[in-house]
Formats: sequence, structure tokens, C-alpha cells
Amino acid sequence: MTPEDIFKLLAGEFSDAVEGTTAEGGHPYITIKPQAWPEVASFLRQDARLRLNLLRSITALDLLADDQLVCVYDLMHVPTDSPAALITHTFEFAVRIVTDRTSPQIPSVAHVWPAADWHEREAFDLMGIHFSNHPDLRRILCTDDWVGHPLRKDYEFPLEYHGIPATTEFELTNPRH
Amino acid sequence: MSWIENRFEEGVIVTSLDWAINWGRSNSIWPMTFGLACCAIEMMAVGASRFDIDRFGAGAFRASPRQSDLMIVAGTVTYKMASRLKRLYNQMPEPKYVMAMGACTVGGGPYFKHGYHVVKGVDLVVPVDIYVPGCPPRPEALIEGLMRLQDKIRSQRRTKDVMTKAKEMALA
Amino acid sequence: MNNTVLESQPDLLVDYDRGAQGDLRTEELLINMGPQHPSTHGVLRIVLRTDGEMVLEAIPHIGYLHRCAEKIGENIQPFQFIPYTDRMDYLAGMNNNQGFALAVERLCGIEVPERAQVIRVIFAELNRIASHLVSLGTYGLDMGAFTAFLYCFREREMILDMFEAACGARLTYSYITVGGVHDDLPDGWIERCGEFLDYFEPKIDDYNNLLSFNQIFVKRTSRVGVISIEDAIAYGTTGPMLRGSGLRWDLRKTQPYDGYETYDFEVPIAYPAGVNGVPDGVIVGDCWSRYYVRVLEMTQSVRIIRQAMDKLPEGPTEAPKLKNLKLPDDEVYVEVENPRGQLGFYVRGDGSTIPARVKARGPSFCNLSITTKVCQDVLLADIPAIIGSIDVVMGEVDR
Repeated sequence: MTPEDIFKLLAGEFSDAVEGTTAEGGHPYITIKPQAWPEVASFLRQDARLRLNLLRSITALDLLADDQLVCVYDLMHVPTDSPAALITHTFEFAVRIVTDRTSPQIPSVAHVWPAADWHEREAFDLMGIHFSNHPDLRRILCTDDWVGHPLRKDYEFPLEYHGIPATTEFELTNPRH
Repeated sequence: MSWIENRFEEGVIVTSLDWAINWGRSNSIWPMTFGLACCAIEMMAVGASRFDIDRFGAGAFRASPRQSDLMIVAGTVTYKMASRLKRLYNQMPEPKYVMAMGACTVGGGPYFKHGYHVVKGVDLVVPVDIYVPGCPPRPEALIEGLMRLQDKIRSQRRTKDVMTKAKEMALA
Repeated sequence: MNNTVLESQPDLLVDYDRGAQGDLRTEELLINMGPQHPSTHGVLRIVLRTDGEMVLEAIPHIGYLHRCAEKIGENIQPFQFIPYTDRMDYLAGMNNNQGFALAVERLCGIEVPERAQVIRVIFAELNRIASHLVSLGTYGLDMGAFTAFLYCFREREMILDMFEAACGARLTYSYITVGGVHDDLPDGWIERCGEFLDYFEPKIDDYNNLLSFNQIFVKRTSRVGVISIEDAIAYGTTGPMLRGSGLRWDLRKTQPYDGYETYDFEVPIAYPAGVNGVPDGVIVGDCWSRYYVRVLEMTQSVRIIRQAMDKLPEGPTEAPKLKNLKLPDDEVYVEVENPRGQLGFYVRGDGSTIPARVKARGPSFCNLSITTKVCQDVLLADIPAIIGSIDVVMGEVDR
């Protein structure tokens, strides 16, 4: 299925939830309203026409100029009907969820794709997006007492951590992003 | 020590206590398996068939810090790892040596500028004896570092320390 | 806990009640395994909730090697980021270079010359062999077989020598770069590679005799850590993990890149006991299956390299005019088949020479997330077997 087919299918099933679609460019995606996302996710995962069962990646973006945080979900269809036969056809799809920057909140889809568990924890750790109903939302890469969310564009680098200095002669506190 | 030579029967070797202890220590450095990142692969290569660090008496990689003399910090040290590194160092028995292997442990390496979570040099956490630069260092470089460490051990003077300490105590 | 028949080990019946009545009384204990542990392949930390010899729950803790690669990626140019991709999956630097280079090429619409594509395939497959050799060797180490490790590293050193001849580095190559490969092959390299393949191919039988069909090794790894296809996909595991569960899925076949569609090769999967020489006791999806898929993949890689050497065309090895490459205001998500699974790169440009966002999807990151699911009610001694069969590289788990 091409992305356009899936756009049409979702527009028919969830006309209220779709905020917009982008078919051009190297990465076609559909934008879904956050509150409708778990329902749409289950549909994408379970519908017989789609069966997007492999959650490949969750990419969190910081759009500082628009004052938005975005999550990009990259999904893929892995046919499992005849596992021993060589699989040559597949299709992929991407979903965007937009949330605001001050109190970012997106419903978790860890119950739909268990793979989302760690990806969402990573997005929480590095970008500070809160995933409601997540089974175990805590920092995954940085230490538990880390201050700030490093991948935000306005993140300030630490000057020391538990007595270990982190300052250098480079302008560490003012990186480009 | 020419005046003492040939004064004993055959089979008797005369040496200084320092030399004998240092000889034993420098030729049986047991490293700890402390692979952190990329450099650990080169450390494994040093232990494997081609480079064979066993030739220098340092091939007995120990899984426990309590059995090892040398901590080869092979790879990037992060802030999350730093406290564990310090604890492992404290668990090692004296005399203990630390080798900073690779650019990351020497001073942050490629993660120096934007690496918010990377310790800029392992010497900020534990004292380091030998620095081996490279990203990652070649196995030959690691062996060179080991030989420099052996030189360092061989030049240690234990008896002198004991004598100075005794003198200081007598004066005090 | 009542009488528990282990799903993964049906012949092993653990009678807890009888144990409690006798002098064997067990209680729950939290064991911290790692981050410094010889069989966690790096700085993985697993907290095990155990009851006697049984592991009731295993919770992995990661991040001890978090090296901020994504933050670095959005502060420097793509060319400068290539060396950092080496250091993500440091056992498969070539494949990682290729993944990121493909992502930037697709973002900017760069055409890679054909010679460069073929050289890329040769190096990616050679690195796949080298990576699987480390995986085999260290898995043997985990299982108490030291000899196979020395044999595997002997052959790996030969591959590294060939890499060194081409790009000057043993481990962190930065050879495959945006728009092609960094340098052309040195004189006589192809003949040398052919000699190596002739030497290497019979050695795979040696590994099989030493390790794969060794009864001790088979007993230790079969029926341990069984993963079904559904679970494997649900947790996002890919690569030999998914093929080890019996699904013939390979990105090189489904979404070919760098001309993989022109090569003739098979995608090996796990078979049940008795089929294709698989020893008794093995069931599809266990640790032995995952291990053996890697052995079979090495044979296929040799096949691909032979074909690539035969058809290596003349021509340039790098696309022209790549200095100060401006990234368009667009985004791509590109995946390649790494030795460990699907390595994905999300690159987003904003019109400048520096990307606005670089995100890497490490295959080990997703493969490792299934640990909690698999390590339920297994024996403590099976934990190294399961972790080793996942073949994690912490550099790309934590990035």
C-alpha cells in the first residue's frame, strides 16, 4: 500500500483525528491528534489491510521556532503468513504527533507495540515528552538525577556532575542548537 | 656490585630486594576485563591469537577487580559509569595501576565538545599511570603502553621509601 | 510458586513445594549483574530477581555508554558525523557508515557511482563476516569454549588487514562516505580478497565442528530463550533475532539498497531439529537457532562478495561536487540491514549544511528490549546464553 492509500483509509475511518497529511518529500507522513492516537495506533496495528506490526523507531523532534515538540512514529508491515517463504514485499508508513513545548503530553502506545516502551522512554529522557499511561516512564539513557532534556535545542550543558568537572575551554554552554 | 660477585658458590644469585619484587610484579600484571566501548574490541584483539598479550605476562584477564593489578579503561567513560568506575578502582588491591586507553579516556576524545554525558578524561575520576592515545589505539600501541607500565614498575624503589619513612618518623 | 514447567525447558520440572518442605528453602533475591561483568558484552546492567537458581524477572538498565551521538549529529556536518557512526556499532563500522551515507544521499538526491556501490557491498559484507566472527567467538567464551574465540579472531584479523589496506583503520573506518567511498581500492586488493575468501570458506566448517555442533554447546543453548515470531516483531527485534525465530525477512531483499537486488543470495532462517542438519533438541527461536543463523549468513556473505568482485566496474568512486553540501528542508528515514538487524537513520535538514536532527535507531536497542520478556522463569546460567545470543553492542544501544 502506498502512503496515499493509507491516508485515504485513515481519513475515512478517523476523519476527526487527522490533522493533515504530507505526501511530498522523502518521508510521507500523516499528522494525528494526540488524544486519538492510541485508537488510531490499534487500527494501524490490527486492521487486516494494514497490519503495520513493526514499530521501527520513534523520533522526537524539537521545533523551537514553532514552539512544538513532535514525535515521528515509523511503522512497517512485516508479513507473517508464510514465514519460511522469502518476503519481498512490504510497505512503510509514518505518523506524526504534535504537542506543545511547555507541557508536552502524548498518549503511550506501548500496549499496542511493546517496542514503543523503550523508544518512548528515550523520547522522555532526551526530549522531555510525557507519555501518559506508559507502564514505566523513567529516564533510560541519562542518570536518574540528570537535569534537563539534552536534545532540546535550548538545552544548557552541565558545568559539573557530582564533583566531576565538565567545563572546557570550548564554549560548551552555548552550542549551536 | 662487583665486589660481591664470585664470592659465593655456584647457583647463588645476588640481587636487590627491589629488583626481585619489581621483576615479579612487572611480568605478571593481571588486567581487569573492563571493556567499555570500541577500545574493548582492540583489547580483546590484544588478548587473542595474533597479538597475544600473554607474551608480556598480562594475559590473565580477571573478571573481578579484587584479583587484578591493572585497570585498562578501554572506552568512553560517561557520568553514569563514573561512579561505578571509581568503586571498581577502590575494590582493587594495592599496588594498582590504571591505563587510560583511547582518546575518550585521555581527554574526552571525539565527544569532547558536544558530549554532555561524557567525562572529559578518566583522570578526573581516578589517577592514571599510562595514557595510550588513539581512537582506538592499535593493539601494538596497547602493548607499548603495557611495556611503559612495566618500565614504571621496574623503577619503583620500595626500600628507599621505607628508609625515608623511618627517618621521618625518627625525626618526628 | 507452584510446580512450574518451564516453557523453554519442558523436560526440566522444577518442584518448588517439595523444595520448600525439604531442607532447600529459597527466597527472592535481587542480583545486580553488570555494568562490569564479563558476559554482558559491554556495560549492560541487568537487575535479576531470583529465587534460588531461577530468574523470575530480569530488568536491563542501559545508558552507561550514552555518548550523545544524536546531539553531536545536529551540531556538525554530515561528513563530520560519519566517524561517529563508526563508533555506534563498533563491530560493524562499514555498515553504519553505509546507513548514514544512504540517508544523507536520499535526502539530498545524490547518485552514487556504480563502482562505489559495488565496493560498498563488498565492504559491508566483509564487515558482516567480521562482526559475526566476533559474535561467534564471544558467544563461545560466554558458554565456556575458549578455543573458538581464538580461531574466529584469527580470521577476523585477516579481514581487518584488508580494511586497513583500503582505508588505514582497523576498527573505525569512515571509509564509506556520503556520495560513495573515500578512496579507490589499492592495487591487488581484489586478488587478496579472493584469496581470503578461498581460505575462509572452509573455515566455517571448522567453527561448526568446534562450536556449533559441539554437544555441550548445543545442550547449553538449545531450548533456551525461545522467541516466537509474533513476540519478535512486537518488540521490534530484527536481523538474526527475527530470522532465528523462523521468518525469512531481510531488508536487502524487501527494500534493496546499493544494488543488492542484483546479487543472488539466500536469506538463512532457523529450522527445527532434524531439518538441514540441525541437531536434536533445537527448537526454532531458541539461542542456538539465532547463533546458527549467523553462521549461515557468513556463507551467504561470501557468495555476495564473490559476485561483487566479478562485476566490479571501472569508474569514479565518489559523486562529484559534494563540498559544503546543503541539506534541503526535508526529512528521510532510511534503514539498512546491519549484522545485528535494521539500522535506521532519521535525518532532517533545514536548508543549511548542518542537519536539524539526526536520530539513529540501533538494532541492538530494540533487540535488547525483549530481554525482560524472554528472561522470565529461566535458570540463572541461561542469562549469559540469552544475552549472548542477542549479540548486543552497547555502543548502539546507548548511542
